[in-house]
Amino acid sequence: MADHDDETLAGSAVEKAEPQKISAGTAVIPADPFENPGEPQHHIRMTDKDPAEEKRAARQVSTLFFASIVFSCLAVAAYIAFPIKDGDTGSIRLNNLFLGLGIALGLLAIGIGAVHWSKAIMPAREITEQRHLTRGSDATRAKAVEVFELGNKESGFGRRSLIRNSLFGALFAFILPGVVIFRDLGPKVDPNVVLRHTLWKKGMHLTLDPSGTRIKAADVTLGSAFHVIPESLLDSEDLLEEKAKAAVLLMRLKPEDLHEPEGREDWQYNGIVAYSKICTHVGCPVALYEQQTHHLLCPCHQSTFDVTENCKVIFGPASRPLPQLPITVDDQGYLVAQSDFHEPVGPSFWERDRA
Amino acid sequence: MFSSSKATATAGRKRVGRRSPLATVSLIVVGLLTTGGAYALFTSTATAETGSGTTSAVSQDKVNEGQKLFAANCATCHNMSGSGTTEGPSLIGVGAAAVDFQVGTGRMPAAANGPQALEKPVQFTNEQIQAMAAYVASLGTGPSEPQSKYLKENGNAANGAELFRINCAMCHNVAGAGGALTEGKFAPSLKGVSSKHIYEAMLTGPQNMPVFNDMNITPQDKADIITYLKYLEKNPSPGGFQLGDLGPVSEGLFIWIFGLGAIVAITVWLTARSH
Amino acid sequence: MSATTESPVETHEVGYAEQGNMPLRPAKGSKLMGAAANYIDERTSVSGLVKEVGRKIFPDHWSFMLGEVALYSFVVILLSGTFLTFFFQPSMAEVTYNGSYVPLKGIDMSAAMQSALNISFEIRGGLLFRQIHHWAALLFIAAIGLHMLRIFFTGAFRKPREINWFIGFVLFILALAEGFTGYSLPDDLLSGNGLRIIDGMVKGIPVLGVWISYLLFGGEFPGTAIVSRLYSLHIMLLPALLIAMLGAHLLLLVINKHTQFSGPGKTNNNVVGVPVMPVFAAKAGGFFFIVFGVIVLIASLFTINPIWNYGPYDPSPVSAGTQPDWYIGFADGALRLAPPHWEVVWGGYTVSFNILVPIVVLMGLLATVAFYPFIEGWVTGDKREHHILDRPRNAPTRTAIGAALMTLYAALWAAASSDLMATHFKLSIDQVIHVMQFLTVVGPFIAFWITKRVCLGLQRKDREIALHGHESGRIVRLPGGEFIEVHTPLTEYERWTLVSYNEYEPLMVRPNERGVITPVERVRAAVSGFFFEDRISPVTKAEIEASHHDSHGAIDAGDSHH
Repeated sequence: MADHDDETLAGSAVEKAEPQKISAGTAVIPADPFENPGEPQHHIRMTDKDPAEEKRAARQVSTLFFASIVFSCLAVAAYIAFPIKDGDTGSIRLNNLFLGLGIALGLLAIGIGAVHWSKAIMPAREITEQRHLTRGSDATRAKAVEVFELGNKESGFGRRSLIRNSLFGALFAFILPGVVIFRDLGPKVDPNVVLRHTLWKKGMHLTLDPSGTRIKAADVTLGSAFHVIPESLLDSEDLLEEKAKAAVLLMRLKPEDLHEPEGREDWQYNGIVAYSKICTHVGCPVALYEQQTHHLLCPCHQSTFDVTENCKVIFGPASRPLPQLPITVDDQGYLVAQSDFHEPVGPSFWERDRA
Repeated sequence: MFSSSKATATAGRKRVGRRSPLATVSLIVVGLLTTGGAYALFTSTATAETGSGTTSAVSQDKVNEGQKLFAANCATCHNMSGSGTTEGPSLIGVGAAAVDFQVGTGRMPAAANGPQALEKPVQFTNEQIQAMAAYVASLGTGPSEPQSKYLKENGNAANGAELFRINCAMCHNVAGAGGALTEGKFAPSLKGVSSKHIYEAMLTGPQNMPVFNDMNITPQDKADIITYLKYLEKNPSPGGFQLGDLGPVSEGLFIWIFGLGAIVAITVWLTARSH
Repeated sequence: MSATTESPVETHEVGYAEQGNMPLRPAKGSKLMGAAANYIDERTSVSGLVKEVGRKIFPDHWSFMLGEVALYSFVVILLSGTFLTFFFQPSMAEVTYNGSYVPLKGIDMSAAMQSALNISFEIRGGLLFRQIHHWAALLFIAAIGLHMLRIFFTGAFRKPREINWFIGFVLFILALAEGFTGYSLPDDLLSGNGLRIIDGMVKGIPVLGVWISYLLFGGEFPGTAIVSRLYSLHIMLLPALLIAMLGAHLLLLVINKHTQFSGPGKTNNNVVGVPVMPVFAAKAGGFFFIVFGVIVLIASLFTINPIWNYGPYDPSPVSAGTQPDWYIGFADGALRLAPPHWEVVWGGYTVSFNILVPIVVLMGLLATVAFYPFIEGWVTGDKREHHILDRPRNAPTRTAIGAALMTLYAALWAAASSDLMATHFKLSIDQVIHVMQFLTVVGPFIAFWITKRVCLGLQRKDREIALHGHESGRIVRLPGGEFIEVHTPLTEYERWTLVSYNEYEPLMVRPNERGVITPVERVRAAVSGFFFEDRISPVTKAEIEASHHDSHGAIDAGDSHH
């Protein structure tokens, strides 16, 4: 390209493009550097010296390629010979194993053959290629500068500021609809409102997950842990979304082990307490209940809550206690909620503590 | 349930087509597990039946023998009357199932003070365990050993799997590989645990495990859970070796050490000079 | 292309001139090849490209193949992934599973989960391809990681390759994004809890968090949109970006030519190695099949991501040992390490530092990696091109910084498996976390200090060897009764490898042309001092000569100095 550059046209642009002397920064330039001794003597392979060796290597390579053909055919055969039988995981295992082995060995034989070919038979002599500075030659750069200057001159991009700036404005504005259009990725309601409510409400029965069977208080024996969902959940349209907020763990401790804070003494029933299962850290289900130590552990990030102390955090990255669901019994002795949770469940968010 | 006959049918059919070396190895493993499991099952169900058959009229001899064993081996921690000390909890009302589980898995007598009692070689014969169970059962009513019909491993595996995920997997891992609890305690792996012991553990809530009484998980549900766990043992993963069922961590370690390790070894061969 | 050996080049030219005539004395088969080559060249002028790159030289070193491992894994991912798209349904519509896997029969799940199960259990080779895809993804990112470490520790990112380093970094991030979006697609319990964690993290972002989560999931978590949205990203946007970036990465590799290790015959102005045609092409092509083969071998023998064990996503259950794939582990670990109660309410607004601090630490780590070449370039002020790689010991501060960053990464990564460490090494999980917290905060400094000392020690040893030769292990007694060890002198080639490296001095602060010392310059001088205060200069010619004179009289007996 540079060959065709017209030297006379280059003009002042060359000076502009002319780089400063390349700086070595704080590098120490040795006064009398060592001389590069040049390449050491070339290494002669067995296959270079001995024609028989070369022949042998060639035979090995072709054998590997032939083997690859065989393995690929075996893979096809395995595909047919090891069908998947309905309900039999063993047949899937065999299909996976033999189909895979056939393909794998076929591929490996090609690969090893090709590498062996290149290493043992193709010329091993190393070749030296010269490098050039990455930057374009001065003439090329001058031409490039000129192209830009010409473009600028002919279009008036630098001079006609009104055109230029209005174009910038337009290019910015045209992105806006592309951003706004993503608003409807989510529904119209304010999430800060939705996050505060769950299916629990006064009189809602506590039922077993997943069957939806009501739970009698008398059946919750000491040391038990029941995984609980609200009775109306199974009829809910947004089952998973509601379950993701409403899942509850029910435990029975000795009443004297519980240290309920003031105003919440009647949220439990005979030592039966119900806490949200959704971790206040990032929302994993906290369900590892230890019935002797009364610790609740989250398996994702190891936040540990003390059930006897109102599920306050005693270890791990969580900050807030698990929200408690106030419960009582109905006239038949089934456990029911007294109300919804009194605070949002799950991970904290910016407007969580706004009324 | 519909899958019960199916599960056994597939297990039977599967025996036929195994021919690869990998399959042979896994067949041996499966064989050992099933025969071992079946053996354990037969022995334990036999005793369970005799146990439950005579609970009402448990021979006083047996209770007396159990009391002697109890006094010699358990009373240090649980007190002569079984009412417990600071070292060990009260055993009044824990029932025969708890004794069979704790002693039958070797957890009791406990070896040393640790975060939790560990599984060890069993210290007593079946007879002796039954005697102690009878004695403890006589201290107060508690869960007795399970009926053998719930231990046949022919329940609904799908129902069992769902219940297992909801009630058990958070501690024991979805594949029953076990997991960590707080302060050095852990939920043990469920692999190779006999059906009876799984049942008893759910029923009695040993150590820090919560109790899952029959109102929470019905006996049939428990049988389903056992069916699922035994299904996992009998049917090795269709994908090949399971790397301990520990999930992404063992997969990640494997790819770094063996996958990338093998490939780096190959690059060294690839760029080494030929002789 | 027939233009690979010398004689066909000429005949090709002739053929071109004569409008498609064949090479002289064509061998059987080459007639067709020649015609085909001619046909293509007349329409694409591809011969110019072949001439340009066909004999390009690639240096041979095992560590230069790591990027290729990543590239080939990516090709395997594309191939296997395409197969999977033929069967996978990215839909969260609820269905009842009625496939062949007994423990899931009759269970409600999403169509995505069902189709992933059907790929595994109903289609011959489906499970194999799922496992190939997933194992290849793990290998892809692992290879990228190792490749980046090699580039970093050998200083291959220096001018003119800073931009290519940055492109590589972008590729790494895109690979992580690909990995995470793919991990979430089957909608199983493990990945669902992974998404739940993402949801929780996003909600912790001040002001906008809730809204971002709401738009991402199309409403409340988990919603019915996320799988199809991630699928679009996973199979369209992210691969397109990845391929574009990969193209740029490889183009710059060709333009810049490959770096090489210092050695006899190798200079900053040349590149010594094997030509693309035919040696490197055969090696690299063969290596593709080997990488592919290793991945398929692993996939046929080892289970990965057994979604049938995890079951469908349900917000209530969770499995012990819920972890992300390894490459997201460092982020999960960072979340685990925050101490309790790092959350405050300021003016009625909740600020979750237990989430923000880990995010900031991760961003800081990644930003340092992304911009390191520009930082080092600014500190040294070295504007020369560098094509000879540093031995890690010859850049002690850089190597130590690398070790510190690796330690930070490793501590975060290990923290993500704290529960498994606790169960497998019989430790308390609380202790494990505390140790990891310590390692995260203090470990990098310890690693920095140790690594720097080790590098300087190794450099000193190199100096000794360059000056006095190798210790031969032979002890002789001098006539005077003194015992000394004989040193065997170095060959010219060995010495060159030891003495040819760059040395930098700390920057002295000097006033600029207006006689002012700018604050920026002050910072630069301070950082430069931090980098280069402790250093071992390479042996000079004069020193070698002096040592020779010293020991000249005792050449038979070896060097009696030191």
